[in-house]
Amino acid sequence: MRHLISPLDFTTEELDRLFDLAADIEHAPSKYAHICEGKILATCFYEPSTRTRLSFESAMIRLGGKVIGFSDANSSSAAKGESVSDTIRVISCYADICAIRHPKEGAATVASSKSLIPVVNAGDGGHQHPTQTLTDLLTIRSLKGRLGGFTIGLCGDLKFGRTVHSLIHALVRYENVNFIFISPEELRIPDYITEMLKEKGIPYREVIRLEDVLPELDLLYMTRVQKERFFNEEDYVRLKDFYILTTEKMELAKDDMLILHPLPRVNEIDVEVDEDPRAAYFRQAQYGVYVRMALIITLLGLAK
Amino acid sequence: MLNVGKIEEGFVLDHIKAGKSLNIYDNLHLDKLDCTVAIIKNARSDKMGKKDILKVECDINMLDLDILAFLDHSITVNVIKNGEIVEKKDLVLPKEIKNVIRCHNPRCITSIEQGLPQIFFLADEQKEIYRCKYCEEKYAERRRERRSK
Repeated sequence: MRHLISPLDFTTEELDRLFDLAADIEHAPSKYAHICEGKILATCFYEPSTRTRLSFESAMIRLGGKVIGFSDANSSSAAKGESVSDTIRVISCYADICAIRHPKEGAATVASSKSLIPVVNAGDGGHQHPTQTLTDLLTIRSLKGRLGGFTIGLCGDLKFGRTVHSLIHALVRYENVNFIFISPEELRIPDYITEMLKEKGIPYREVIRLEDVLPELDLLYMTRVQKERFFNEEDYVRLKDFYILTTEKMELAKDDMLILHPLPRVNEIDVEVDEDPRAAYFRQAQYGVYVRMALIITLLGLAK
Repeated sequence: MLNVGKIEEGFVLDHIKAGKSLNIYDNLHLDKLDCTVAIIKNARSDKMGKKDILKVECDINMLDLDILAFLDHSITVNVIKNGEIVEKKDLVLPKEIKNVIRCHNPRCITSIEQGLPQIFFLADEQKEIYRCKYCEEKYAERRRERRSK
């Protein structure tokens, strides 16, 4: 049985098939409106999430399936002390596929090891968030027409940002990707990632000022400085406003540069930038539904 | 000087750091095997000053010694047959380590999930890096030990 725990669980060929399916769903959604009739998705969310949970639920409903689940640990048996292993064994009896989000890293791995149904990791603490990575890849492929052959700037919290780490690991499998890491000293990309890039001979640079590299970028991936990843309130307050993308800064960027953001945004992208045609982050959220639809179909073995 | 007799078949684990033999005994799960074991603690050693030695009388196919490579590289493994040393076994780092070390990442699922085995996989053989199977956090203690040698 297939699960999706890490973005690297699928080969690039499998991802191509998944993205082809997502593109077909985008262009002919009615073809898929009943494909999951009679199937149930369980959304087991042990920590709050609006976007990811609703995106999964929307995906299943658009495929004709139904959804059950809980949206925080207090309303689940976890509050009574039930383990993830026991919960997933029970959920396996109620649903056909499960999306799980848990604050502890590795929770989805544990769930998949005991589950009788496909498990999708919808985020396990600061560790992995593979459907966000699939969303990012599909957005780039759909809007740029290719995966590879571009310079991508990743900006903001590169130390704790799991979406950034997962995206880098996914993009190194494609050719001619040039990385530029833009962050304050305190939130630099971890050494194990730069070591991995060095070993693979993939070009990268680390800079502090966004303006210095903006003209070079084909893609700009902005991230939020996440309060929940800090142990210290003072550090969070000091660093959260370090990078703000404004319409003035956007004048430095290429005409076809795309701005991506996993959302939610706090203030790192000025709302005026939303009107810029290069702002792709809301379209990205739409691709998130398409890719989750394609994933549900694939993991349930319903893809033709 | 204490004398412990020869063994006919089994292993002599020599050059164990003084005082660490019980740790090795535990991690090889020798308490669960029905075999004769001699634990020699603080034996005199020209090379180490003091050392521990474990003598285990058993079928030589009975023990998986790979974990020794992770616990202590300096251990010498002598394979004994018919009362003689027939091989000095090279230690190879195990691909997976189960319930020997614990994940220290407070955000790891192993910190709250009951009954979950602590499993680490060999992520980088050259750098001897093990990572937790669940959260992929690097196990750092071993490298600190090796640097301090």
